[in-house]
Amino acid sequence: MGRYILRRLLISIPTLLIISAVLFTILALAPGDPMSQFALNPEVPPEVRERVKQSLGLDQPLHIRYAKWIGGIVTGDFGFSFATRGPVTDLIVQRLPNTLLVLGVAYTISVLIAIPIGILSAVKRYSLFDYGATTMAFIGISVPTFFTGLLLIIIFAVKLRWFPFLYDSRVVVTDLNSLGQQLRQSIMPITVLTLFNAAQLTRYVRSEMLENLPQDYVRTARAKGLHERPVIARHVLRNSLIPVVTLIALGVPTIFTGAIITEQIFAIPGIGHLLVKSIFNTDTPVVLAITFLFAALVVFFNLVADVLYAVLDPRIRYS
Amino acid sequence: MAGRWRLALAVGMATTLAVSACAQQPSGGGATTAPGTGAPAAVRGAGGELRLVWWQGPTILNPHLSQGTKDYDAARPILEPLASIGPDGKPVANLAAEVPTQANGGVSSDGKTVTWKLKPGVKWSDGSDFTADDVVFTHKYMADKDTAATTSGNTKNVESVTKVDATTVKVTFKAATVNPYQIFTGPQGMIIQAKQFQDFMGAKAKDAPGNTAPVGTGAYKLTAGGFKSNDVVTYEINTLYRVANKPFFKTVTLKATAAADASARAVLQTGDADYGWNLQVPAATLKQMAEGGRGELVTSPSSNVERLLINRADPKAAGDARSEPTTKHPFFSDLNVRKAFAMASNRKAVADAVYAGLTGGPTCNIVEGVPAMTSKNTANFDVCKFDLAAANKLLDDAGWAKGADGIRAKGGVRMEVVYQTTVNAVRQATQAVIKADWEKLGVKVELKSIDAGVFFSTDVANPDTAAKFFADVEMFTNNSSEPDYQVYLANWISDEIPTKAKQWRGSNYERYNSPAYDTLFKELTGTMDPAKRAELTIKMNDLLVQDVVVIPLIARTQPTSGKAKDLKGILPNPWDSDLWNVADWSK
Repeated sequence: MGRYILRRLLISIPTLLIISAVLFTILALAPGDPMSQFALNPEVPPEVRERVKQSLGLDQPLHIRYAKWIGGIVTGDFGFSFATRGPVTDLIVQRLPNTLLVLGVAYTISVLIAIPIGILSAVKRYSLFDYGATTMAFIGISVPTFFTGLLLIIIFAVKLRWFPFLYDSRVVVTDLNSLGQQLRQSIMPITVLTLFNAAQLTRYVRSEMLENLPQDYVRTARAKGLHERPVIARHVLRNSLIPVVTLIALGVPTIFTGAIITEQIFAIPGIGHLLVKSIFNTDTPVVLAITFLFAALVVFFNLVADVLYAVLDPRIRYS
Repeated sequence: MAGRWRLALAVGMATTLAVSACAQQPSGGGATTAPGTGAPAAVRGAGGELRLVWWQGPTILNPHLSQGTKDYDAARPILEPLASIGPDGKPVANLAAEVPTQANGGVSSDGKTVTWKLKPGVKWSDGSDFTADDVVFTHKYMADKDTAATTSGNTKNVESVTKVDATTVKVTFKAATVNPYQIFTGPQGMIIQAKQFQDFMGAKAKDAPGNTAPVGTGAYKLTAGGFKSNDVVTYEINTLYRVANKPFFKTVTLKATAAADASARAVLQTGDADYGWNLQVPAATLKQMAEGGRGELVTSPSSNVERLLINRADPKAAGDARSEPTTKHPFFSDLNVRKAFAMASNRKAVADAVYAGLTGGPTCNIVEGVPAMTSKNTANFDVCKFDLAAANKLLDDAGWAKGADGIRAKGGVRMEVVYQTTVNAVRQATQAVIKADWEKLGVKVELKSIDAGVFFSTDVANPDTAAKFFADVEMFTNNSSEPDYQVYLANWISDEIPTKAKQWRGSNYERYNSPAYDTLFKELTGTMDPAKRAELTIKMNDLLVQDVVVIPLIARTQPTSGKAKDLKGILPNPWDSDLWNVADWSK
């Protein structure tokens, strides 16, 4: 197992190198100009804009810029932002807590509610509960987050005024009062994301359960005289969860990189928000850092999912 | 990549608008134009929090490394110029004791030197003295080649800035100038502290702690750790501010929202904010939101004119000759054809349908904003009157006959135009109105919209930039950044024509080459008398309109911002930052 993990980690190095080269090239070739906001301002003539671009290192050839950038990353330096002129790492560190707070909570809640609902739906197939859960799941999957988000805003922030419309990243939870404030401002985005994530997961859990329920080993377990509860919990559920675990593990990177649309709508200054604003500002170093981190996390959690497979399923042996 | 997100967001926003539009009940209300000064704040810090929303988040607080208006605005409560440019286009002293003029001897009679007297006893928020050295240093910082300040354009006519004594600075220009206030005024003229920035010039400029935490002389200072890039800026009272009873608010927060409609909603509907910058939302929606009763709109006439540019070069020429000034447009080189297009452009319909009489009105002038410089002649020009019949007749007479498919052609050239602009709901709506009328002339119109970041970029490799103008007609807004129009009027002199050889630099996108216009411009640069300058400006405006170099459509208001009903002291100002007088705001 240890050798397997080591081998996979070594393989991920060329993978990440290729990803980084592709990302860098695409972003370097993409149209856009960090100085485009000044395009028509006669007080910022083109020669000034060119000089600023030179000072940002944009006049150097592509391969040199790439070499510098990848060299920095090896030492943990993601370069400096064109917009703030400060280190990219600072921006990410500043925003990560906001993203983790909202997305992490939403993701945990959705896992916690999706699994029981999925199980119940499968066990009581075609019951009223199943129909209800299926309908909710379809709504959650098919209604995009930007729509549910805006709907919640209009109902709860504009009409009822229960929750604040703008997210305040400066709230630090120290007492009940600030906890309440944090809850009030994060409840809408958490709801939106939970609905969306849980809907997908529920369907997976349900279909996996349904696939396992008619299997021979389940009949055997029942024939042994086991109660229905241990049959479901110990046998069916455990086998059904294997693909679900992969799904959950592969979803973890999105917690770190933020929910782009939801963060935009609720103005949550998380990583997704930073990514969008940086794309608009043509702040390439920030865009690169976020996309590259996302790639690295995906590669890493793929490995985690594979390892978990072996833990959950004794039939799988890596050597 | 950016385009896709923008599309997703646009869809999202459109949905909000639709939903909120259904939920609103119409009542009275609407825009307020230029409200009065309001009562001055009597007691320092008597107010609570002033909540501002900007939909472009500030990313840096050093205005000299700024990347846009947002950064100038966010720096303004902290940093001040020697003088602001007031709503009437005249300077208003900030750090200067008085505005230097020829009358008070501050400006030399040849306009070559300006002597600024500084307010005595002004302190930086860290307790040190503000002196002439800081002003001299600011110039040095702006002009330094390696620092690559975005404000360095302001220094190009400046020969030197020297300290006369602790509170006197002398600016010497390279040549006689008509605008003595071209440095140290307005958003680009904010003075930074020498002590804080002197060790961070050139390549080290990016490492300056002051970039995100500048020490200033303004009414507010940055709260410790109060700057979060693209998210929120928190300010508190600068206890050393020179005016004893100001500012009114204890704290100020400037929060970045996702988009203009979120800002509009926060100010006009939910009351989550007191002031929202640049509410670029379709005017009809804005009007409806303002009827919610919590806030009102703040607007002022400005020099912003939404215009159609007519390409004189041939955008379809083969290879490297594309849109080169050496080529001739197959039909726009004929004045009568251009006239016909101008007469078929219904600016009033655009103003009513798209701007809802709120964010802009119809205009046939390319120079707008200062009454003394605005032409009154254009109203009587044929090219300024919407008349489809006359336009059709012009094309008939010019020999452009309609073919079987209704499209006009002459000598094998079909009258087909590509009409491009940026991706923007307001612009796409305008395109639709104009296209419908042009089609009635027997013209085939192809619409194109390009991401603004690409359209306005200097990217030599990209075919879709405004400067390359690989289309027949393009549309955007431009404005004069100062109340004198000389720099703005240079956009049509022949020296400014972009070519491939010049890497498409130059602002005369129309490729207008007119000795008559060049002569007028030369005369303008040599004229000091304001009345004569106004006369020349009007003459040049009339020439551009009559020769159909451009088709002016809409005189846009600026700013179009929103404020809470109880917020006082706001003076909408098209020439300076929205926050130019934030020290005077109160409730």
